[in-house]
Amino acid sequence: MSVVEKPPAGAPPQKTGGLRAWFYKRLPIEEFISSQLTGYYAPKNFNFWYFFGFLSLFVLALQLATGIFLTMFYKPGEATAFDSVAFIMREVDYGWLIRYLHSTGASAFFIVVYLHMFRALLYGSYKRPRELLWLIGMLVYFALMAEAFLGYVLPWGNMSYWAAQVIVNIFGTIPGIGPGLVEWIRGDYGIADATLNRFFALHVVAVPLALLLLVVLHLVALRQTGSNNPDGIEIKEKLGPDGKPLDGIPFHPYYTVKDTVGLGVFLVLFAIVVFFVPTFGGYFLEPANFEPANPFSTPPEITPSWYLTPYYAILRGIPNQRLGALVLVLALVAYLLLPWLDRSPVKSMRYKGWISRLFFALFIVSFLGLVYVGLHPVEPFYVLMGRICTALYFAYFVLMPWYTRIDPVRPVPERLRFHAHA
Amino acid sequence: MRMRNLLPRRVPWRAVLAVCIAAAAAAGAPAQEKSAGAEAFGSDWQSWKAGTSVVDLPSVQRGARDFLGYCNGCHSLKFVRYARIGTDLKIPPNLLQQDLVPSTRKPTDYITSPMPPADAVSWFGKQPPDLSLIAQERGINYLYQYLTTFYVDPSRPTGANNLALATTAMPDVLSDLEGLKRAVFKNVEIDGTQQTAFDHFETLAPGAMTREQYEGFVRDIVNFLDYVGEPEQAHRRALGVWVVLFLLVFTWLTWLLKREYWKDVH
Repeated sequence: MSVVEKPPAGAPPQKTGGLRAWFYKRLPIEEFISSQLTGYYAPKNFNFWYFFGFLSLFVLALQLATGIFLTMFYKPGEATAFDSVAFIMREVDYGWLIRYLHSTGASAFFIVVYLHMFRALLYGSYKRPRELLWLIGMLVYFALMAEAFLGYVLPWGNMSYWAAQVIVNIFGTIPGIGPGLVEWIRGDYGIADATLNRFFALHVVAVPLALLLLVVLHLVALRQTGSNNPDGIEIKEKLGPDGKPLDGIPFHPYYTVKDTVGLGVFLVLFAIVVFFVPTFGGYFLEPANFEPANPFSTPPEITPSWYLTPYYAILRGIPNQRLGALVLVLALVAYLLLPWLDRSPVKSMRYKGWISRLFFALFIVSFLGLVYVGLHPVEPFYVLMGRICTALYFAYFVLMPWYTRIDPVRPVPERLRFHAHA
Repeated sequence: MRMRNLLPRRVPWRAVLAVCIAAAAAAGAPAQEKSAGAEAFGSDWQSWKAGTSVVDLPSVQRGARDFLGYCNGCHSLKFVRYARIGTDLKIPPNLLQQDLVPSTRKPTDYITSPMPPADAVSWFGKQPPDLSLIAQERGINYLYQYLTTFYVDPSRPTGANNLALATTAMPDVLSDLEGLKRAVFKNVEIDGTQQTAFDHFETLAPGAMTREQYEGFVRDIVNFLDYVGEPEQAHRRALGVWVVLFLLVFTWLTWLLKREYWKDVH
């Protein structure tokens, strides 16, 4: 295995003539590679948590590719949507595979994005100078939630129909304009053909375009500030005699090759789900959605997909619907305020004190608790648990300016901690 | 929405405890042998499992034959073509045409029911559901329990009721095979109020099949419906093995490559 030849970092193309040179003269390909890949220095101590940004990008590409093929056979419309999905699953060659990749991809997208967000919270990647990077990332997350919800409605199963009913009605709680707004969103007096068709348009054109734009901005902002790292130390502040960060390594080939290993592990797990448990016990594809939309028959319980349940649990736990919707919005807005709520002098949880760690742990527990509550029926135990989790969720944000100031932080080392593997 | 919701929300723990104590007492008493087992017929119906496998091709084939013979009069499989069943279940075209495709239909037709919808509504109060996706929607154990827990109930318009789907609109159409059975209820105390709960079945009249034969018959139909719910599932799992093996090798190679590159990072 020692025969692998390494291309020198930032090497110019060998030939001066030929097709490659023709392109290099006409497009700034060379400049792009040297500034963004071989000449972009990333901290060398990235750990497990740093796979998920790249994996999010991969799943985005997967969703776009599979989505294009699904669009070739899917027929939006009350009378045709459900049957066209059955047609894809049964009569289109490998249609079942394309659809399972897309449906599993939707859940996988949220898994990798949640882990990516966890990483940002863990190592303080939202803090100065990366506030805008974090804000753009949160907009990606919001767009992703919209995209997932819209896509969930398209198969026009009974759960699609009733989930659309519940979620669109949340807009009806806005004082004054609420009822009119809901009608405008639906394009009808109920969830109907017009709703399904516009959701299709939004799902396949509008939101993906917004997502792509936001993802590009997210990457540009990342390149501007450079990546954070598990130690939360700015590597640009310690430059070597050659002007390169002492604790940095070229993104290509080091991180491209490392991310490929992460991709391989991810794909093994992803393929196990796609090929052996594509419905994932009803969490990725719900049993009630194998029945066509029926306005006269409510499923026993209406719950959104697992990735939206934390916010659904927050909404449901509050007795007043309008107040519930307001708190739901605040739960999302809280993320946007995070860079200014955190007053700690250090970024990474490695050097924060026990108070910050405690609140962070409670936040993670409450978030998982809300996922769990949102998947269960409205019963006294779950309502109580949901309210406790909601309180802990907000405590993390609301009390942050206070606890990050009194938190006993540890001294941050001058240089990254990195131990080379054998 | 998930399988657990098909079970009663409140478990009658006291009744369960009483049954356990009674069972323990019965086990301790050596005198009663087979009558106790016969008495309890059906008492554990909620734990009955279909226990089927779509790769058991003869079972799925028998299920296809029996579905078309007994169920298709009322129930459609509107997403499935006769020819598709022939290909997937390895039924030769001449046999398919001769035994399974009705004389008025082509092999490439979808398997629809000849029953006019308006008549169905006037006879049963609702149109019998299409069963193309029923196994995905309700699960195979539910289907097995549904088809094995019909009982005589004179208070119902059809004269029959069901444990898995109470007040079902479907008549007990398989009773000539299964025979007729009666449900015996008992009084139990749940949260301080007296309620009736199912205890066990009593056979009223035997059918053309023994109990074991009938259970096998139902298993075949459930197995066929499981196949019909996702015709590609056997192919999916078989292909999946190779995909996962390939990805494991791919991942191993990428790991070797990564290790090689990272040797000079200190």
